Amino acid sequence: MARIRPTQVAEDDFWEDERPVRRRKAFRYGLPVAVAGVAAATVGLVPALADSGSPDLPKISAEELIAKIATSDTQQLSGSVKIDTDLGFPALPGGGGFGGGSDSAATPTSKLPELAAGGHTLRVAFDGPDRQRVSILEEAAEYSLIRNGDQVWAYDSGSNTAYHATAPKKAPAKRGERPELPKDLKDATPQQLAKRALAAVDDTTEVKVDGTAKVAGRDAYQLAIIPRGDSTIGAVRIAVDADKGVPLKFTVTAKSGGKAAVDVRFTSVDFGKPTARGFEFTPPKGTKVTEQRDLDRAARKHGAGLDKGLPGLDAIGKGKGKGEHPDLKVIGEGWGSVAQLSLPGGGLPTGKHLSGKEAGPAGDLMDSLSSKVEGQFGSGRIFHTRLVNALVTEDGKVFVGAVGKDTLIDAANKAK
Amino acid sequence: MSQAETAAAPTAPAGPVKATEPAEPTRAAVPTAPDAPRPVSPLWTLSLFRSELAITFRRWRTIALLGVLALVPVLIGVAVWIETRDGGSVGAGRGGDEVGPAFFSQVTNNGIFLVFASLATMLPIFLPMAIGVIAGDSVAGEANGGTLRYLLVAPAGRTRLLLAKYAAALVFCLVATVVVAVAALTVGAMLFPHGDVTLISGTRVSYGEALGRAAVIAGLVALSLTGIAALGLFISTLTSSGIAAMAATVGLLITVQIVNTIPQLHIVHPYLFTHYWLSFADVLRDPILWDGVVKNLGLQALYVAVFGSAAWARFTTRDITA
Repeated sequence: MARIRPTQVAEDDFWEDERPVRRRKAFRYGLPVAVAGVAAATVGLVPALADSGSPDLPKISAEELIAKIATSDTQQLSGSVKIDTDLGFPALPGGGGFGGGSDSAATPTSKLPELAAGGHTLRVAFDGPDRQRVSILEEAAEYSLIRNGDQVWAYDSGSNTAYHATAPKKAPAKRGERPELPKDLKDATPQQLAKRALAAVDDTTEVKVDGTAKVAGRDAYQLAIIPRGDSTIGAVRIAVDADKGVPLKFTVTAKSGGKAAVDVRFTSVDFGKPTARGFEFTPPKGTKVTEQRDLDRAARKHGAGLDKGLPGLDAIGKGKGKGEHPDLKVIGEGWGSVAQLSLPGGGLPTGKHLSGKEAGPAGDLMDSLSSKVEGQFGSGRIFHTRLVNALVTEDGKVFVGAVGKDTLIDAANKAK
Repeated sequence: MSQAETAAAPTAPAGPVKATEPAEPTRAAVPTAPDAPRPVSPLWTLSLFRSELAITFRRWRTIALLGVLALVPVLIGVAVWIETRDGGSVGAGRGGDEVGPAFFSQVTNNGIFLVFASLATMLPIFLPMAIGVIAGDSVAGEANGGTLRYLLVAPAGRTRLLLAKYAAALVFCLVATVVVAVAALTVGAMLFPHGDVTLISGTRVSYGEALGRAAVIAGLVALSLTGIAALGLFISTLTSSGIAAMAATVGLLITVQIVNTIPQLHIVHPYLFTHYWLSFADVLRDPILWDGVVKNLGLQALYVAVFGSAAWARFTTRDITA
């Protein structure tokens, strides 16, 4: 059979005809390899180059910087926030770090605990005290919490459900209504986190200005808050916009080192007025809407049963939603404070509160997650995460704090 | 194949064939002016491209493929309609936490979401499979049928032939996506409410703006398929068996999709051509989030560059025996 060999044609006649076929072949195959190589190099280099640089800013003292945050009058802001958390919570089947509420309604309580684990992207828009929205971006879906005046809406596009509440007149800002999240995640924006961190500043804390940084393309000062004493927190760093005084980045590093346990930062920020239509929400025709007052009614009907059914730490959050948890006590002050509360079930848990009804692997799971401790208080188990440690005693008391194991045991002994 | 031969190789010489210089205008296949010296016009490439398009779209199997693609949105629409006819919501019978595939639950809000639901359902497997069949068959099918050498007899050059083949595959990407989108839009408008559309951010926009976003999404889906089209073309130049090339392309697609779901392999995920495919959903946010879309397009461009040039390297240096 006659073979057809490639011949030189017009569009590639810059090849010399004498060039051996083999060399030409190697050269041609070099092209895709080169393209792939250049692409790989670009992927590796560009982020490294883009992330560098600490801008030159006039010197500023820590007090001045804190004052700058406090006096910042920025009311309008929109942007994207990236949240990465690595609290060391075990990843349980189902994705979330906790059991999570099983109610299908798009209530904020059932959704926001998800933020405590892994990486998330949020979009925020603030327009004065009355109009705010926070959206959690999910793959091909979005969970939005929209407040416009006294109307609070939550829309979960993934399940096509909505939640509606009417804030009472003279409402405490929306965050008052939002559920208590595990420590340090109460509010997801760098501003609120910074406020909380600064509120905890006292003589057990060292505060200093720690250089400058570039966040979301803006120049920022870095404020470092370093707790002294037996805290699991190594340092809290807040990057503050040099011009507007708005915290743009908030990181918490654990004393044990490693990557930041909490890293909340704006990836883009705009201080202009957000578009008005983002604050207006009307539920679409096919959307199931849950009204807050219906939930309240149901909660009254079921009484304490609702609380009992909720697993572990989630119960704290739910309890908070209806006012202070009656059993919650705080021992100690500042960074070393320990919260004491009682488990709804009472008694040393058998792992039920962490892994549902599957009792089989629960025992192993308990052992891998916690270690047994004993003291004057009796015996119990300590659950370690990178930032928060919890001691669960056999009589059903829980001591939680961003403190080391010894401080927890001390607190338990004192409470006895 | 006959159209291609008549268009591209009207003066096929007998015996061992050598592609000739198209720069020599007298040999150019323009029967109307056989002797007039004439520069090579871009129309020459276009006529090759046109004949490729005609071959692709006149085949019964292409038409059947498009028919099947159009049928899927109809099935999805009817299924959702039956399930929610009595006022229930999608997934209501499977417990509240089961949400189902992307956008399914919103189809009852507005029929236009059937477009997005269909594209989101079909983009992972159906659409790229169809592209894999077309692109995988493009060169290998000719070799298999024994028509490739006659195509090469024409003074078009291998590069141009390859470009024409790839352009035809790209057109198929677009046509397949548009067929799905239009079928879904029609069925959605017939079975479900229309009017103002609530985007996934909860923002309400007019139906016209939503249609515009749907058009952008259809374009993005078509562009998402350019990577696998280039991959299919490359595989197609490796073998002389059309079936083998199709099977390899589709097999590779399935492998990549499986790898993309294994969390332990997350390090390679950003380099898989399917990884950012669902980023088109970001167009339905308000304001539109372009990050994922840009990443997706960049990745597709990279795949096109790498595998397109690999296909070129292979095809222009290969001995054609069939």
